[in-house]
Amino acid sequence: MTTPELRTPRDEESWAQPVDRLSTTATGAGRDTVTGRRVAGPVQGFGQMWQKTFAIRVPADEHPPEAVVAHWKQGFPTFWPGGARFYAPLSGIAPGEVALLEVSPVPGSPVKMSTGVMVIYADRESFTFMTPEGHALSAWITFSAWRDGDETVAQAQALERTADPLIELSYLFGANRANDRFWEQTLANLARSLGVADPIVEVRKVCVDRRRQWRYAGNVRHSAAVNMAVGTVTAPVRWFRRRRSA
Amino acid sequence: MTDTSVTVARIGGAAILRIHGEITGGSEDALMAAYTEAGDARSIVLDFEGLEYMNSGGIGLLVTLLVRARRAGQRLLATGLSEHYRQILSLTRLDEAIAIHDDERAALAAATA
Repeated sequence: MTTPELRTPRDEESWAQPVDRLSTTATGAGRDTVTGRRVAGPVQGFGQMWQKTFAIRVPADEHPPEAVVAHWKQGFPTFWPGGARFYAPLSGIAPGEVALLEVSPVPGSPVKMSTGVMVIYADRESFTFMTPEGHALSAWITFSAWRDGDETVAQAQALERTADPLIELSYLFGANRANDRFWEQTLANLARSLGVADPIVEVRKVCVDRRRQWRYAGNVRHSAAVNMAVGTVTAPVRWFRRRRSA
Repeated sequence: MTDTSVTVARIGGAAILRIHGEITGGSEDALMAAYTEAGDARSIVLDFEGLEYMNSGGIGLLVTLLVRARRAGQRLLATGLSEHYRQILSLTRLDEAIAIHDDERAALAAATA
């Protein structure tokens, strides 16, 4: 019998190597809140676990799956709705790379929350991000495309928990729906870029685990949202001190 | 088409799910059928020695299996992992929820401890 070590798995090049702490080559973001943090997936989150799926369909003859994924990787930041920015690493979306994000928790607000994602998996038909400590979610999100008859299905599927009790509370009061709208708009923008005039985004949401993981309530200490709020509140104090010392 | 087969063996209070081929998002039916066949085992040991390919969809499936096992009060353990797949469980921090053992005997000893 062949031992596990002697076979070279065909997925070997598609996975990132494990890292203790994250670092990034991405530039352009106002703040880097990711360097030095660990990744945190749905196992390490606080809130209920949801599987959310957002999908569009395009003609497969014009847009085969691998071409759709290549197009998605290449133009990834451009499909995001206004108010959110994705700063890609120098090597682009590739296993092990870390991108920085700026997101407005309140649409239209100038206040930005800084965080990021790590690319844990990428091949020609899919790529997967994992969130770092401090992100509002503890999640994996996979972007993929496959052929279904004469159509290519392009899909974003997230397996997520909110990271801490404060975010979970915000999700109960509208942030969950705002998050869904973000991905609906992203998939619609992708579809338009592929020539679909009136895109229809198929949405499916399943609660995988209704239980909250209270042992991870302490994630709030990493929260980019909390740090942003503290920074916003203390900004006038810092401004006054700078003026006094000037 | 995903090529996945999972066989089930009961040893005392543990069930061993021997995985062959691929684990992808398309493996859900095969993996969950095997889990159901494991019945009321107190521990579920996933034997990955026959695993040839796993993508990120497959990792998501392991999380779903983990949730089901926890809901049923069952422990989830793993054995037969190559260094490559151990690294994937470390990368995704799934190894914090699924205990990894070097061989089946160690996994079964832990399962019945």
